[in-house]
Amino acid sequence: MIKRSTVAVFIVMFAFWVLLSACIKPLQGHYDHIRIVVGMICAAITTSVSRDLLITGKENMTLRKTFRLLLYIPWELWQIVLANFDVAYRVLHPKMPIDPCIIEFDTTLRSDFALTTLANSITLTPGTITIDVEPERGRFLVHAIASKAADALLVDQTMQNKVAHVYMEEGGGE
Amino acid sequence: MFSIGVTDIISIIFMAGGVFFMVTGAVGLLRLPDFYTRLHATGKCDTLGEVLMITGCMIFQGWSFVSVKLFFLIFFIFMANPVGTHAIMKAAYYTGLKPWKKGEGRR
Amino acid sequence: MFEMVDVFLVVGISIGFTILLCLYRAVRGPGVFNQIAAVNVIGTKVIVLLVAIGYIFERPMFVDIALLYAGLNFVGTLVMAKYLERGEICSA
Repeated sequence: MIKRSTVAVFIVMFAFWVLLSACIKPLQGHYDHIRIVVGMICAAITTSVSRDLLITGKENMTLRKTFRLLLYIPWELWQIVLANFDVAYRVLHPKMPIDPCIIEFDTTLRSDFALTTLANSITLTPGTITIDVEPERGRFLVHAIASKAADALLVDQTMQNKVAHVYMEEGGGE
Repeated sequence: MFSIGVTDIISIIFMAGGVFFMVTGAVGLLRLPDFYTRLHATGKCDTLGEVLMITGCMIFQGWSFVSVKLFFLIFFIFMANPVGTHAIMKAAYYTGLKPWKKGEGRR
Repeated sequence: MFEMVDVFLVVGISIGFTILLCLYRAVRGPGVFNQIAAVNVIGTKVIVLLVAIGYIFERPMFVDIALLYAGLNFVGTLVMAKYLERGEICSA
């Protein structure tokens, strides 16, 4: 009767309460009965109201996907550092070499999480920002600040392939 | 004379990097010629500058509940800043703001 | 002689100066979109400033306030963007 996704949402809410009120023993907290009981009541109320918003319970193989996502994050952090050095070079250079253009391309990703991850990664990598996403065809509208950055997204397709590998969809680009 | 250890030096380096990227973001906001390019500068530089600066504060603090809260703050800003940038860029595009090509005047 | 509080003071003053720089774009920026982007940037810098002030005054409570303000800034920017795109906030 009680689904697994409901229990997962309850655990997330209670963990957030413990984070904010510091009521367990490790990490320099003070153990307090009342705070734990009140925390459980509040987490139960919140879970019963918003049961299927955070974790839908419709996706399968979530554990493997989470593991692959944890492996994808260091590569993305390295790309973010490169992006910021690139932007700092373009802003602080006296001649300011920019040449903006707008591109459009299709991908084969269809689920919500995959499209969101790819849109965030495009916004955080060198020289591109997502403008619009169409979920039916996986079409991305992207604003690029220089043609070199636009080529890295259109021609190489490294990022689409990596995100498709994380969320286990076929292919990555067209 | 100095009352600073090795961990404090590392956290000072992180915080200096964070402040440098934040100043670059603000300079980009003033200097770039168009709305879309300004969002490029602030959306990327602000996020990384904040992450570096709060990581410096986390290293300074050590293991306690305050550093777990700071880690959660980093995670939230990491997710929220690109989404806000994308939302306002989409609103500007669909209201009809034209992007800047090379060789036009400043806007 | 040279303590960690001085480092946090220097960081806080630099971030305050940077916020003043962004204020020029918030006042002058041609059109409303530049102004919204500038206010979002000022909000992000205020979060960092709150954490630095928490370390200067040695009160760990300021991190909770920074967490709350991050949420408020995010929701505010999203609501403004949605209103400017559609002309209304929620279609009843």
